Amino acid sequence: MTKQVHLAAHFPGVNNTTVWSDPAAGSQIDFASFRHLAETAERGTFDFFFLAEGLRLREVKGRIHDLDVVGRPESLTVLSALAAVTTHLGLAATVNSTFNEPYELAKRLATLDQLSGGRAAWNVVTSWDAFTGENFRRGGYLDKSDRYVRAQESLRIVRKLWDSWAADDLIADQVTGRFAREGAGAFADDGDHFRISGRFGLPPSPQGRPVIIQAGDSDQGREFAASGADVIFSWHGTFAAGQTFYKDVKARLAKYGRSEDSLKIMPAVTVVVGDTDADAVEKAAYIREQQVSGPTALVLAELLWGRDLSAYDPDGPLPELEPVVGSSVTQGRVGYNDPGPIVAEWRAQAEAHGWSLRETVINQQNRQTFIGSPATVAEAINRHVQEDAADGFVLVPHLTPTGLDDFVDQVVPLLRERGVFRTEYAGPTLRDQLGLRR
Amino acid sequence: MSTPESTSGGAASGRRQAVLGIEIDGAGADPGAWRGAEVDPRAILTGELAVRAVQRAEAAGIDFVTFADTLEAPTDVPGEVSVRLDALGLAARVAPVTQRIGLLPTITVTHTEPFHVQASVATLDHVSGGRGGWVADVSDSAEAAAVIGRRTPAPAAETWREARYVVDVSRRLWDSWEDDAIIRDAATGRYVDREKLHYVDFESPTFSIKGPSIVPRPPQGHPVTAVLARTPEALEAAADADVVLLPESDELVSQLSHLRRQSVTLGPAARAGLVVLASVVVRPRADGVARVVEQIENLVEAGVDGVHLRPGSLELDVPLIAGEVVPRLRDRGLIGTADRGGSLRGRLGLHKATNRYARSTR
Repeated sequence: MTKQVHLAAHFPGVNNTTVWSDPAAGSQIDFASFRHLAETAERGTFDFFFLAEGLRLREVKGRIHDLDVVGRPESLTVLSALAAVTTHLGLAATVNSTFNEPYELAKRLATLDQLSGGRAAWNVVTSWDAFTGENFRRGGYLDKSDRYVRAQESLRIVRKLWDSWAADDLIADQVTGRFAREGAGAFADDGDHFRISGRFGLPPSPQGRPVIIQAGDSDQGREFAASGADVIFSWHGTFAAGQTFYKDVKARLAKYGRSEDSLKIMPAVTVVVGDTDADAVEKAAYIREQQVSGPTALVLAELLWGRDLSAYDPDGPLPELEPVVGSSVTQGRVGYNDPGPIVAEWRAQAEAHGWSLRETVINQQNRQTFIGSPATVAEAINRHVQEDAADGFVLVPHLTPTGLDDFVDQVVPLLRERGVFRTEYAGPTLRDQLGLRR
Repeated sequence: MSTPESTSGGAASGRRQAVLGIEIDGAGADPGAWRGAEVDPRAILTGELAVRAVQRAEAAGIDFVTFADTLEAPTDVPGEVSVRLDALGLAARVAPVTQRIGLLPTITVTHTEPFHVQASVATLDHVSGGRGGWVADVSDSAEAAAVIGRRTPAPAAETWREARYVVDVSRRLWDSWEDDAIIRDAATGRYVDREKLHYVDFESPTFSIKGPSIVPRPPQGHPVTAVLARTPEALEAAADADVVLLPESDELVSQLSHLRRQSVTLGPAARAGLVVLASVVVRPRADGVARVVEQIENLVEAGVDGVHLRPGSLELDVPLIAGEVVPRLRDRGLIGTADRGGSLRGRLGLHKATNRYARSTR
């Protein structure tokens, strides 16, 4: 059977992949930018529009990192505004479960779901450090395993609140004056992290409850996703790694009584479309150069080495120093648990190709996933999906907000021609697009 | 904006023109408003009812709209609406389909993280192009404490004391990015000038925040902070707000002079920094337009800067407010023209928000 491709659009926030210096680069904060990308995604009948979250500005050596795009609006507020200017596109918000209470999350997400007619999704994340916790009164630092316990309990309670209304509890009978069935929305929970009770004030939206997205590369993350997510979001862009991940995650579903198609696997990928394959390769090389300036190469190397490398020339050879494990040279981003083998690999590659530090960073860290003519890209995406390396992809453009224009104009029609991507939306809700049951 | 719009072209008496706000709460302030034949009760949930009312209010030239909210769900009482959308989400939903009207969702701060509160309000200001604000409120009920389950309910004085810290830190965080912090300097590879990003290092008895905000400084600098002064504790806290909503009561005049005295002690510059409105239920459909016009005129005569109208029914009363009441007020020179644009602060005649961290010379 031909599988259908799922596609989502990511509005890139804080990273070094956005080429902000490009003359075509627009605002990272004006609503018009969000609107352009969302409208482009909806024109391309994408499943959803995806926003990441940041809760503290990153630091390098105790100072705010100043080389990358930084500063972004709060996700749920932007998505509620986008609900007004889109009709079918799913609206996915990354919201931390560490610094939000389940009741607040349930209320805000259910509101987005109501306002959008059943198009809301929650990407459940946890905070990883006390550094971020310095902006919050509670939550703060939690041990890694406790984070998942808290996240799992949050998700369980949020779902309980969304399910606290039966389908026919909303009566709204103007004659009898009964708005809701007595007892609708009543809840109580007594867990390890939360003891709460009351009444939830929003009935189910047309899609029942918002879609749950979960990023999961670690064993714990995969298990968490398999136990209850609707979409898993990963970084396995290569074909072989994708197939391995796909097989592993889908195999975990049975023990939770779930079918294989109840969890969609959608890795984040970058795409470079050119008139020809050769044109795209050239464009991709140029983009990588723009993404990794000399100073950025040093910062990325510092993240790997765990030490100050400011004395080094990015256009010179790799540092001979050994990496430090568990350093805090950079703050607010995930470091490397075991940098040794990666440094060894970088050295081997640099030596084999005669690369400078910057060239090594460019080649080791920033490879685009799909590069080619529209036909090449469409074929590659379809192959990944048909051969179970993914169910679809979250596209991360390198330009804001026009970075998906080419893809939607040139690649989407080819996927549609192949009969593997919708020409019109399957129904009004995000669950309809993802083929998920209510 | 060099001159506040609401002081230009004033009434013949030279009196400052009145500010008009309107409230969105379910199907209207009357608990039974949703039962009218003209209302589709499910349109409360989709936001359609609110959108229609705000668009009508905007077309008439009303300055801003507030969205009611509480942390806990409305009580399930026969005859009343027992659902409520999150006000912030609803205000954001309204933003792209309106152009001029200010948007102030009620946000309760007792249990929510202050960092999230300021980021959300700043974001509303960004998505609305400088029309954002909020009605800061507290949750001191046992029901609100129970749905969160983290703290026991605190007395009103304590929750309002904390709310004032939240208002304070919000403004600091809005200032934590200078207006021109984003430099996109391709020559040096720097996206931001980190000298223009500031830690706030805020400490209060119940929370501390490092900063800076994650959201670049909002278009208005400081989105408008309003307080509904329905208790003595709230009235005290209202001294920190930009807009104070005084519920109709026998004490209105004394409360007004109390607020004016407070504002005088803050110095002459503070006068334009506090807009005091009477918050009243109006039902032109039931009471007649002439009576509502008179009601509003009397309140303005009593010395308030304007009136926050709470329509009994959004579907029945808002069209009359927009089509009859507001034009009559305009004919009498009481309010400004309908098509004024610009920021919400400009409309309200508030001072431009200066950034406490920006150095005057570099």
